[in-house]
Formats: sequence, structure tokens, C-alpha cells
Amino acid sequence: MYVFEYQRAKSVADAAAALAKTGGKALAGGQSLVGAMKLRLANPGTLVDIAGIAGLKGIKQEGAAVVIGAMSTHADVASSAVVKKAIPALAALAEGIGDRQVRNRGTIGGSLANNDPAADYPAAVLALGATVQTNKRKIAADEFFKGMYETALGADEIITAVSFPVPKKAAYVKFPNPASRFALVGVFVAQTQSGVRVAVTGAAAHVHRATAIENALAKSFTADAAKAVKIPADHLNTDLHGSAEYRAHLVSVLASRAVTAAG
Amino acid sequence: MKKSIESPEPASREPRLSRRAFLASAGTVGVATVINPNNLVAQPMNPAAASVATDGAEGAVSMTLRINGNEHRLRLDPRTTLLDCLRENVVLTGTKKGCDHGQCGACTVHVNGRRVNSCLSLAVMHAGEEITTIEGIGQPGALHPMQSAFVAHDAYQCGYCTCGQIMSAVALLKEPWGPKDDDVREAMSGNICRCGAYPNIVAAIQQVRGKS
Ligand SMILES: Cc1cc2nc3c(=O)[nH]c(=O)nc-3n(C[C@H](O)[C@H](O)[C@H](O)COP(=O)(O)OP(=O)(O)OC[C@H]3O[C@@H](n4cnc5c(N)ncnc54)[C@H](O)[C@@H]3O)c2cc1C
Ligand code: FES
Ligand code: FES
Repeated sequence: MYVFEYQRAKSVADAAAALAKTGGKALAGGQSLVGAMKLRLANPGTLVDIAGIAGLKGIKQEGAAVVIGAMSTHADVASSAVVKKAIPALAALAEGIGDRQVRNRGTIGGSLANNDPAADYPAAVLALGATVQTNKRKIAADEFFKGMYETALGADEIITAVSFPVPKKAAYVKFPNPASRFALVGVFVAQTQSGVRVAVTGAAAHVHRATAIENALAKSFTADAAKAVKIPADHLNTDLHGSAEYRAHLVSVLASRAVTAAG
Repeated sequence: MKKSIESPEPASREPRLSRRAFLASAGTVGVATVINPNNLVAQPMNPAAASVATDGAEGAVSMTLRINGNEHRLRLDPRTTLLDCLRENVVLTGTKKGCDHGQCGACTVHVNGRRVNSCLSLAVMHAGEEITTIEGIGQPGALHPMQSAFVAHDAYQCGYCTCGQIMSAVALLKEPWGPKDDDVREAMSGNICRCGAYPNIVAAIQQVRGKS
């Protein structure tokens, strides 16, 4: 790990000013960033700890949406009565991230800003058509995920909350790596107010929508309709855990299981 | 709550701070007490501020950590993980380093009552929070029921993962898990045992939960 200066921000404005001035990085739970710094994959000159900012916590229902503060941990989301009632698929997704120690520290804001190609939350944000709120603007899910570990966030932009419109029904099914629980492939299927949306994580460089499956499910919201879609393996990941063809097959299979789970 | 805990360190171990630095800084916080020179961070009998460890490196920051009910005033390089701080600076070596990347659970401690991997936290992030290590859970002669159950069930072989397993197991007692063995396995999925003592670990935990 290279030398850095540690600062603790009291407010979002504080944190944004510190990031703008120093070119440093925000520190949430450290569950990705500390590991990346040990590997020297991230070398921020300044770390701005945002964990103490009261305004970034809390989960509430606002009209037809559930709004989750960026510093909410995966354990907070998994056990939230509001989330469990309005979007049970989202609570279940949070409960399936890593292990309990990771869920006690890792945050929704950190997961989205990190945009790991195999992370779970990006699939929920994209499939539910959520809005990422920052200190500067509101970013629609379709505009947020830009590439592998890349998002629309500017260098001094801080995620403050994520607003999830409550779907008619939804489910997330992942084929987890048995050690890390990261998704070998994960598929989030949602029947939203504006139609069926299907998001796939773990299969490619970053989360993306499976439009062929969306179209099939728009005609017939059945497990068979999802399973019948053949996903091309081009552009999908091949690694020691599985080939692109294997992942392509998993996408349709997991989508069909998600449709069944959504009921 | 303040407790007085003897550091379980053998006399031979040389912590990173020098004896002179310790004595000097202990003086600056006004701790006048009997100091065992073989055990440089031994807890004073009735500590106001229990121990002081310093890291002379440039850029070191001051912090006060509450560990097992005692306050520790520390000056550390901000890069110091909570795990390294506990082991190297405070010399509570029950907490173990396995992978150093959040994957094995050997370094599990409680922060404000919740279990976390101390290798993925910087010490400075936890200033003002309540940190509990295996040394604060129980001591020889006054074991926590979970520690006794691990002994009774032979829930280890080499013992390297054991402190982390017990810290997780104690935390799960207050978490909403189902009653089955499978629920315990899932609850303990963040703690890896290279020796494969899993069946006995599950049995020990189930005994304490009254589910066996
Ligand atoms: C063993 C292990 C298993 C895991 N398994 C899974 C899994 O199964 N599924 C999964 O999805 N994830 C998994 N993770 C990752 C985990 O979910 C992390 O919580 C998540 O990646 C982010 O961590 P964090 O919130 O602590 O953020 P940090 O590590 O503190 O930060 C991550 C990045 O986000 C930035 N950032 C943080 N907060 C904000 C904000 N509010 N605004 C702007 N930028 C911000 C930081 O600058 C940094 O670049 C696992 C991690 C570990 C160690
Ligand atoms: S040493 Fe921290 S999880 Fe392995
Ligand atoms: S007892 Fe040896 S690693 Fe668990």
C-alpha cells in the first residue's frame, strides 16, 4: 500500500470539497478499496472517509420508490423491513452478497461506484430502472454503468442515495462462485411499471440488459419463454471459473429461474 | 466498562515500539503504575488510558481506540490495518492473519457488536468505536460458553482459524439465523477452516444455541 493522507468528512459538501482539492478517493466500508490498495491496484493520495456522514444513512419509502442511503450496508438492506416488504428481491440480493462480515461493512454506494463486473447490486439497479442520486445530479440506471469498473461518476462526485421504483414483481437468481459468492452469472428480472427489464451481471465486462429475453418475456412472462432464448457467447467472459459458452447458457437458465421465483 | 486484561504475550516477543518510547509516552498520559519490562504493553492495573504505542513514521496520526473496554492511545501510520494494529501495536495476537484480503475470516473481530474482517479496515477508521477481540470474549479460567463448547467438541485441529471462528460464532448468536445446521453453515461461510473441522464447529455452535 502506498502512502496516503486520511481525512474524515463531516458532510457531503465537506467530502466533495476534499475530493476536488486533493484528487483523492472516497472511502466507504473499505471492502473493495482497502484490498485494491494492498494490491496497489488503487493508489489514492488522499482517502476521504465518508462513513461518519449522517445524511448518507437510512432507508425509507418515498411514494412509489424505496430510497436507500449510500452508506447503508448490505446487512442493513437485507434486514430492512421497508425493503423486505416493497422489494423482497432486493433484500434477498443483499443477503446473498459475500459473507456476513463483508455484509456488515460493505455498502450499496461503494458497490455501485466500484462497478465490479461480477457485483450483485448493479443488476438490481439496472433491472429495476433505479436512479443513482449524487451530490450533483440524478443519474438513470441506463446511463450509470459505463464499462468494467467504470461509471458515469465524476472524480468529486459522491453517491448519496439510490432510489428504486417498486416493481410489480421481481427476482434475482445468481450462480455464485462458492468461495467469494460473486456472481459467475446473476440475472435480475423485473416487471416494472414501464415493462419487463432483465439485467445480467458476471457474464461480461459490466452489467448489461438482456434485451432478447426482455422481448420474449414481454410477450409471455413464463420460465419457458426465457429459457428458449439463445444468448450468443461473443463478448462474454471466459476465465478459470467458466467459458463464455457456459455463461451464455447460464443467462437463459437463470433468467427462467428468476421468472419462476418472481411468481 | 473498563476491564483489566493481562496481555497473553510470551515475554520473548519484541513488539515494534521500543521500551524507551513506551515508557516516555506512558509518562505523557500520566499512567503511573507498575510496568512489567518484559511485556511492554501490559495493561496497567487500573488504566486511565491503557497503553500507548507509537509509530515514528512521518505522516503518523494520533487516534484513540477502545479495545475490550480499554482505551488505547496510538500514533500510527494511517496505512495500518485494524488487524496489524491489534497484533503489532497493541500486541493482542489472538486475532490471526490468514489471507489479509477479507476471504478467510481468521481476523474476525467485533466492531460495535458486529463482526467484521479486521484486515479490510484501517485502524484509523475505527477511532471511537467499540472493538472486541477474542481476548475480550473470555480468558483462561473464565471462558465464554462458545470457547468452552469449542474445547468440548474439539472444534479445531491446528487452531489457526479458531479465534476467528469463535468471534463469528459469538456474533451469530445475536443475528437472525434459522435453527438448522445448514443455517449455521451459511452463517459461518465467511470463516474458512483449512483443517476441515467444520462438523465439530457446527456442533459446538449448535450446543451453545441450544439446538443440538
Ligand atoms: C470476501 C468478499 C466477498 C465479496 N462478495 C461479493 C458478492 O458476492 N457480491 C458483490 O456484489 N460484492 C461482493 N463483495 C464486494 C462488496 O460488496 C463490497 O462491499 C463493495 O464492493 C464495496 O465496498 P465498500 O462499500 O466497502 O466500498 P469501498 O471499498 O470503501 O469503496 C469502493 C469504491 O467505491 C468508491 N465509493 C464508495 N462509496 C462511494 C460513494 N458514496 N460515492 C462515490 N464513490 C464511492 C470508493 O472511492 C472506491 O473506489 C465482496 C467483497 C469481499 C471482500
Ligand atoms: S485475514 Fe482477514 S479475512 Fe483473511
Ligand atoms: S483448525 Fe486448522 S484451520 Fe481451522
